[in-house]
Amino acid sequence: MSTQRYGRLTDAPAALVLTGVRAMDPGTGSDAVRTVAILDGRLVPVDAVPADAERVDCRGLVAAPGFLDLHTHLREPGGDGSESIESGARAAAHGGYTTICAMPNTEPALDDPDRVAWVLGRAAGAACRVRVIGAVTTGRAGAALTDLDALATAGAVAVSDDGAAVSEDHAEHALTRLAVLGLPLVEHAEAPALAGRAVMREGHVATLMGLEGWPAEAEASVVRRDIALAAQTDARLHLTHLSTAAAVDAVRDAKARGVGVTADVTPHHIALTDEWVAGAREFAWEVSASPALVSERAYDGSCRVNPPLATREDALALLEGLRDGTIDAIATDHAPHSPERKLVPFNDAAPGLIGLETALSIGLAAVEAGMLPLMTLLRALTTGPAGVIGETRSLEVGGVADLVLFDPAARWRVERSALASLSANTPLMGMELPGVVRLTVADGRVTYRS
Amino acid sequence: MTIDLAIEAATTRHMLDVDGMSRLEIERILDRAVEMRAARAARAAREHRSLLERETVGLAFYEASTRTRVSFELAAKALGATVVDLGIAGSSVVKGESLVDTLRTLERTGVTTLVLRHPASGAPYLAARATGMSVVNAGDGMHAHPTQALLDALTLREALGPLDGRTVAIIGDVAHSRVARSNLHSLVTLGAQVRVAGPAEWAEGFGTWSGVAVAPSLEDAVRGADAVMTLRVQVERLSTEVTDFSLADYIRAWRLDEPRMRLAAPLAPVLHPGPTNEGVEITSELANGPRSLIGRQVENGVPVRMAVLAAAAGMPGVA
Repeated sequence: MSTQRYGRLTDAPAALVLTGVRAMDPGTGSDAVRTVAILDGRLVPVDAVPADAERVDCRGLVAAPGFLDLHTHLREPGGDGSESIESGARAAAHGGYTTICAMPNTEPALDDPDRVAWVLGRAAGAACRVRVIGAVTTGRAGAALTDLDALATAGAVAVSDDGAAVSEDHAEHALTRLAVLGLPLVEHAEAPALAGRAVMREGHVATLMGLEGWPAEAEASVVRRDIALAAQTDARLHLTHLSTAAAVDAVRDAKARGVGVTADVTPHHIALTDEWVAGAREFAWEVSASPALVSERAYDGSCRVNPPLATREDALALLEGLRDGTIDAIATDHAPHSPERKLVPFNDAAPGLIGLETALSIGLAAVEAGMLPLMTLLRALTTGPAGVIGETRSLEVGGVADLVLFDPAARWRVERSALASLSANTPLMGMELPGVVRLTVADGRVTYRS
Repeated sequence: MTIDLAIEAATTRHMLDVDGMSRLEIERILDRAVEMRAARAARAAREHRSLLERETVGLAFYEASTRTRVSFELAAKALGATVVDLGIAGSSVVKGESLVDTLRTLERTGVTTLVLRHPASGAPYLAARATGMSVVNAGDGMHAHPTQALLDALTLREALGPLDGRTVAIIGDVAHSRVARSNLHSLVTLGAQVRVAGPAEWAEGFGTWSGVAVAPSLEDAVRGADAVMTLRVQVERLSTEVTDFSLADYIRAWRLDEPRMRLAAPLAPVLHPGPTNEGVEITSELANGPRSLIGRQVENGVPVRMAVLAAAAGMPGVA
C-alpha cells in the first residue's frame, strides 16, 4: 500500500463540480440527483464555479455529509503500533469519515486536560477531525471521578470509561455532574458480575464450542440502571455498542417516556452473529443453509469482541431499532490490535475489531438486503451521531464542504493491502463487500480520493 | 492470515473434532482400528510398522495426561513414526513464548503431525490455521476430545452392535466436558439417541442439540438405556466455584451404582473416560464389575489413535 494513496492532504481544490450525483442529506431528508459544486472548500451554487473547474461525472454515485464516528480507538498515547492518530485518521477518511471521537482507554488514559489537549494537538493536520472523549474515572480504574469540568474545558465532547461501565458507586454522581456540564456520558454497558470470564454470547453456539457465554442480561441490566439514573438526574446518557434485543427494548421504552437517552450500535453487531465465532460467514439477514457447525475457521480471535457477537434475533432487533429511530447512530468501535494479540487461543484474544473502513460497506450490504433504507443508514452515520455531541451535518449550499462520495454498487475485497489502518483484525478479511468511497472532503479539504 | 485457509484445508488433514465427520468416515476409522488392533495383537504388524515411517509426530500436552499421551505415543511408534514429546513443563512455554511461536518452532524442526492437548477450547483450530502441520486434537478445553469419542464408539459398537436406535445416557458434568461434547456428535451421527443428565447448571443448554434430550434426573436418563456413560467430576470445581449443590448432594443424586443401573436395559454396560473418582460419579463395585467397559475403553485407545494418526497422515484407504 502506498502511503500516498490514502488520506493525502491536498489543498482545497480551487473548484470541483460533481455532476449527476445522487445527493442525500439526512438533515433535510432531501434526496435528488443534482450537481454539487465546491469552491475554495465551500459548497456553492453551480453557476458560481469557473467554467474551467474540474468536472467529475458522478452518475451512479451517492454524495452524503461526511460520516462521524462516536467510538474510535486510536491507541495513542501508548499502544503497540496497532494504530496511531495519523493512521486511524487515514483509515477514517478511507471509510468516508470526516470526524472521529477518540476513546480514552489509551496508555495513559485520557483522564486529564493536558492529555486531551495533547491528542487534539497531535491530530491537527490529520486526515479527519478528531474529537476526544475523556475518562470518567482516573485511569479508568473506577475509583475516583476525573475533573469533568476541566476535561470539558480542554475540549472533551463526552466522557466514558469504555471497556467497562461506570461503576455502581460513581454512576449517579457522574451523571449529576455531567447534567450540569451538558456533557454526555458514553456508556459501555456491561455488568462484570454477569459477564464474568465469558468470551462470547451465551447460547447454543457457545455450548457447542465449549466457551463461556455472557448472558444478554449482562448488558440489559446496566442499560436499565443507567436509564433510571438518567431520568433521575436529567443527564444525557449515550449507550454505546448495544448488542441485544433486550437493550433496544429498554431504550425504546425510555425514549417513549421522554428520558434523555441516545444509543448506537456497531456495524458488526447488526450484521455478524455468534455463529461467526464457529466459522460461519453469513450476515444475520442471510438464511443459513446449514445448522450451526464448528468449522475449521472457528475460534478465530478476530471474532472476539466486547460486547460479544450476539444471536441472529438480536442483530435483527438492532436493525429494527435503527429503522424505527430507537437507535440514533452506527458507531464503529474501531479497535485495532496487533496480530500477536489475536493469533492466540480464543479465550486469550484481545477483544475488538477494526471498523472504520468497513462500516459503510456493512451498512450497504444491509441496504441491499432490504434491511435498512439507504437514508436511514446515512442518518445513522451522519446527523444521528453528530447530534449526540452537539454537532451538525449538511450538504446545503453555503456551508463548508464536508462530504463523502461513494459508489454503492461497486465491490471491493477486504484485504491487508486495501486498508489504511495499521491493523487488519477483522473477520471480514477476504470477503467482497459493496460500497467504494471515491472522495472524502473534510472541512473543505480533500482527505481521500480514489 | 486467514484467506488461504480453504486451500490449506484441502491439502492438510486434521482431526479437530468428530462433528464434521460422516457416519461412513467414522465407521471407516473404527474398522481400521479393529484391523490395527488385530495386527498389533498378532505381532504381525509389519505393514503397519512402516506406515508412518516418514512422519514425525509431536506430542504437545499443555495439560497433564497419562493415558491419552501414552496411547498416542504408542500408536505413533507402532506405525513407525518418529515421536517427540514436547514435555511442556520444561520447555519455553514457561518462559512466556506464545502457543503459535512454540508450534511453529516444532514445525520447523520437522514435526509433520501435531498431537495437541490444551486447556483453551479451540487451540487446535488455531494450530491448524497458523502452521502447516496435520493437527490431531487430544482434548481442547471444554470443547472436544475426538479420539476419546471414537474409542467410546468402538467400545459401544463391540458391546451392542450397530448403534442405530440405541439409547445412550451421559451423566454428570456435561457442561464442562469435552468428552461429552464429542460423544454427543459421534453417537448421534452413528444413529443413537442420547440423553444427558446432571445437576441443572451442568446439563442445561444441551436441549437445543440435535438428537439429544436432557433428562431431569439420573433415573429418567438411565431408564431403559442401552448403555450409560458417566463423566469425571472435577471435585475441586465444587469447592472453587459457586454451585447450587455440594459434593454430598452430587453423590446422592448423580452417582451411578448397581441399583440405579437396574433401571437400564438388562446387562447394559457402563463407560467412563477415566480417570475415575470411585465413590463420586461411580461406585467402585460398578466400575470394577461385570457391566464395566472401562478397561476395554483403555485398550481401544491405542488402535483408535493408530487409525486416526494414519488418517491424519493421509494414508491411502483411511478416512
